[in-house]
Amino acid sequence: MRSLRRLSNRCASWLGERFELEDSVLAVLRHPVPRELERPIGWWYVTGSATLAMFIVQVVTGVGLAMTYVPAPNSAYDSLQFISHDATLGAVVRGMHYFGAGAMVVLVLVHMTQVYLFGAFKFPREANWLTGSLLLLATLAMAFTGQLLRWDQDAFWSIVVAAEQAARAPVIGDWLARLVVAGNNVGGATLTRFYATHVFLIPAAIFGLIGMHLYLVVKRGISEPPVAGEPVEPRIYRARYAEILRRGIPFWPDAAWRDAVVATLAVVVVAVLAAAIGAPALGKPPDPTNVLADPRPDWYFLGYFAVLALIPPATESLVIVGLPLFAFVFLFLVPLLWPDGERHWSRRPAAIAAVALPFVAYAALTVAGLQSPWVPRLEGAALPASATDGLSGTARHGADLFITKSCWACHQIAGSGGRKGPDLTNVASRLSRDQLTQRIATGGGGMPAFAGSVTPTELDDLVTFLATRK
Amino acid sequence: MNEISRRRLLSRLALGLTAGIAGLVGLPIVGYLLAPLFRPPPDVPVPVGNVTEFPVGQTRLVKVRDPSPLAWAGQTAETALWVRRRQEGGPEMFQVFNVNCTHLGCPVNWQADAKIFLCPCHGGVFYEDGTVAGGPPQRPLFERGWEVSGGQLLVRQQGLPTVKRG
Repeated sequence: MRSLRRLSNRCASWLGERFELEDSVLAVLRHPVPRELERPIGWWYVTGSATLAMFIVQVVTGVGLAMTYVPAPNSAYDSLQFISHDATLGAVVRGMHYFGAGAMVVLVLVHMTQVYLFGAFKFPREANWLTGSLLLLATLAMAFTGQLLRWDQDAFWSIVVAAEQAARAPVIGDWLARLVVAGNNVGGATLTRFYATHVFLIPAAIFGLIGMHLYLVVKRGISEPPVAGEPVEPRIYRARYAEILRRGIPFWPDAAWRDAVVATLAVVVVAVLAAAIGAPALGKPPDPTNVLADPRPDWYFLGYFAVLALIPPATESLVIVGLPLFAFVFLFLVPLLWPDGERHWSRRPAAIAAVALPFVAYAALTVAGLQSPWVPRLEGAALPASATDGLSGTARHGADLFITKSCWACHQIAGSGGRKGPDLTNVASRLSRDQLTQRIATGGGGMPAFAGSVTPTELDDLVTFLATRK
Repeated sequence: MNEISRRRLLSRLALGLTAGIAGLVGLPIVGYLLAPLFRPPPDVPVPVGNVTEFPVGQTRLVKVRDPSPLAWAGQTAETALWVRRRQEGGPEMFQVFNVNCTHLGCPVNWQADAKIFLCPCHGGVFYEDGTVAGGPPQRPLFERGWEVSGGQLLVRQQGLPTVKRG
């Protein structure tokens, strides 16, 4: 037993010496970090490694998927069906890749929020923030391109929508749109390009950026927990920080154990979700000629989807091009505009608002995107029996017209119908017969005029029906 | 002095060679990546059916096959258009619309009884002649050129229409 241990010790020291591990890996692992990280506040410092763990999950599951996925429009859908239903553990791997993607978006945002609120982006760690910002953009680009590789109806129309948005850019808009679809229309060349972008181009950038980010994290050292009333003064910061590290603790294992705990937790959550819920069901096949579509982005982009429906149309091109540009520029300016001064959040009320406002807005927009009240309903048109019971003659005919003339697509009666226009459950208590007739015939307030598509008799019957809705 | 200028010469040589490698490798791949920009949109009239298949006053969905699709394009070799037969004959006989909403390109849906097109993404609405009836769209539906030849309706399918390239 003892000789075995001696042998393994000798092996370890041979490896360590010949591979120079002492000066490289071990030195990095044992780099000193502020002593305060021993205290519970150390739990805030784990978000970066949890994100890294999730990235590794994505790489591993992504390689697995790439072994079966066929990135050609005539086969992609079938290969995904195979992965989801027939391949051994295919549904679990696809599920992990799906939930891992969501987890990565969440963890990147949490990490960024923590770094921002702790003021850790300030001198001398500005470049950490800048590389991190690029990693955020790369993560979002991965989330978007990955969602398109799920080559179903939603994916197909998402590409079209992306191209239409790109086309709004001034001057180069048309070129951008054609580059997005890799040609004049979504076709054979589109999917292979998105595939190459998703599995080669962006991941290569992410690997490089993670390398820079981690190098800077180790080289600059982990920021000490902020203390109110102790602002960053670039002139003396480095000397003070060196003093902090002299009293510091080694990252491995004194701080790293927390990273390991949280990273494990994150991966377990993703694996459990993947095993319990599985990969998201594929939508209808990506048939460009099937116009009965209801395209929706994955949940993390629903907020932006809602923005595009809710802003005034005249400002749209400005928002589509300007909002991402503004967010991008703001991200990069943060460490350059505020490199010094107070780090503690209690002394930076504007910083708290800068975090809280976007999060509240994003949450509200996501809820709006989930409900999409602006969308006319195209399928399942029917009025509940409670709304049509006891109707006869012209009123009965009017209730049928309410469905066939697509009133139902935008208006609710007794809880059934679209929510684009006003609820008409009790419309007769608000509007007279004349007002109803007028509104249907001439439209207005976002409603089309129906004078050209209903006969006077039909209009009369429709109004008779609506007049029963007191 | 001599030493320094020699070093400078060598470093410039090395940098120049490296840039040369980058150019040599980079130029073809950049050209390859930008290639879609140099391919003109197809402008060949494609038959979509007999004129008699389109009753006057009706709007019907037709499928159009890309004249030269890639072999692996699958379903994406096809696109759809809305064809509205307005009159028995003459230059106003047909209106051919792209299915793409002029807001952000989602497929609009024809409601034959209500005579409106509805968009499922952000709620754009168009009348049967393609003009805007409600929602975010700022311009009428994109129209495609058409011609009648030998009793066949032919349409020109020019790639994805955008706000810049209707």
